[in-house]
Amino acid sequence: MPDVGRTRVMDHDAPTAGLGLRPPHYADSADAAAPGLWFEVHSENYMVEGGPRLAWLETIRTRHPLSLHGVGLSLGADADPDPDHLARLNRLVQRFEPFVVSEHLAWSTWNGVYSPDLLPFPRSHEALQRITANVQRTQDAIKRSILVENPSHYLAIPGHHYDEIEFLTELCRRTGCGLLLDVNNVYVSANNLGFDANAYLDAFPGGHVAELHLAGHCADPNLGNVLLIDSHNAPVCAAVWRLYARLIARIGPRPTLIERDDELPAFEVLLAERNRADCLLRAAKHR
Amino acid sequence: MTQPLRAFQDAFMQALQTSATGHSTVAVLAAQPGFSVYRNTVAKGCVDALLANYPAVARLVGDDWFRAAAAVFVRQSPPRCPMLVSYGDAFPGFLATFEPAAELTYLSDVALLDRFWIEAHVACDRVPVAAAEIGQCDPHLLARTVLRPHPSARWKWFTDQPIYSLWRCNREDSNTDALGTLVWSGEGALLVRPYADVETFELSAGGCAFLDACAAGANLTDAGFAALGAEHDIDLSALIAQLLRAGAFGEMHQ
Repeated sequence: MPDVGRTRVMDHDAPTAGLGLRPPHYADSADAAAPGLWFEVHSENYMVEGGPRLAWLETIRTRHPLSLHGVGLSLGADADPDPDHLARLNRLVQRFEPFVVSEHLAWSTWNGVYSPDLLPFPRSHEALQRITANVQRTQDAIKRSILVENPSHYLAIPGHHYDEIEFLTELCRRTGCGLLLDVNNVYVSANNLGFDANAYLDAFPGGHVAELHLAGHCADPNLGNVLLIDSHNAPVCAAVWRLYARLIARIGPRPTLIERDDELPAFEVLLAERNRADCLLRAAKHR
Repeated sequence: MTQPLRAFQDAFMQALQTSATGHSTVAVLAAQPGFSVYRNTVAKGCVDALLANYPAVARLVGDDWFRAAAAVFVRQSPPRCPMLVSYGDAFPGFLATFEPAAELTYLSDVALLDRFWIEAHVACDRVPVAAAEIGQCDPHLLARTVLRPHPSARWKWFTDQPIYSLWRCNREDSNTDALGTLVWSGEGALLVRPYADVETFELSAGGCAFLDACAAGANLTDAGFAALGAEHDIDLSALIAQLLRAGAFGEMHQ
């Protein structure tokens, strides 16, 4: 295990572009020295009592800013967040002092069963009220505000009272939360549901956005490009890079993550993709 | 009054699992091609988690067989919490009664050692009791000393089959050459993570009985009798030295 000595992250290391932290890349990630490089982890993977993954996270945290990104809080369920899960999240937040904590506008736990996906729901008045309460409860538990991410969509759901941007904006107004805008999710959803991704991003409330996600997707094996899947198993595509460049030209730079969860390439390959985002961010800053 | 969001989520879950629903909105959704993305993602997420947690089982039976068996298990015992590293504690028991695995009599026990590995990997950290600490004990008190197993330590004696060798040869980075000379008889295993890495050891019947007694709070005298009960010719001082070298103890009381 590398020597651990916590140091403060300096101002010049303010997070620019980051990478999802993957176990095969622990040592490379700890040693990487690119200015502004930060790492994001799925909180649930570190909700363990001990062992090397917490030790590695500790090491990486001493050298880089960290983001805790949850996939299991199930904010969109018509149920209170699990108090044990909130307590576990709070322990991670207190220990690792992440610069952002985020979750999804989705649900995954229902009647005690966890489905490892980000499930959709009708954006009704009732749903807004319930999710407002769930976000508030989460923020009270960890004593700080969270970011909420737009998920990928595969279904045309009847019965929405709000479009997604209205819903997210109202959630921010009611809870003080911020937004994590996943540009690839917008691209995938626009393709699947038939809306204009540029128009969506142009209307997105930039003032609430505190983090951006970029990822790769794939075509459905049976249906092809009419149904894109947010698979995180490929490089960011050219069209998503164009949406991203246009977005940060409008709203300014935001900490941006390259997400890769499957078919993991060498660390250098991911770092090169991350450096591309870093260049665009630095250019957006000096406009 | 039925709450619409709740009714939607009840129906959506039912449609994910069985493809049937009486909820009109969810029925519309389930008929769209995109619904299968959710169904596939949920199923793949569960099976992939089991595959990650049971690598020796997967290597023994092959990827296709494993995925088919795992899919049956997932339907019976879906994840109960979002920490998928802990998912599948019932999988070894499932394999013991899974009819297509009936001839693979060792599979369930091999799965148990995969399970032990994960549990040791994420157990709480503790500096193990060192041999020198025992050496500093008052010899008169030694017989009444209690050694508690390390929080990460997992062990089991398998009466009929060489489970430890089978498991070890089927973890990644291991080779299966040793299987050619395998003696088909009982074998025990100890897995423990004294520091960063999970260490694995073969452990005799007496050694396993000794740790069982230590875990129950027995002192060294009583644990020694337990070991002798399981293995009459065991060398107790060699056993204790082996366990201390392995870092198998987390606490010592006198």
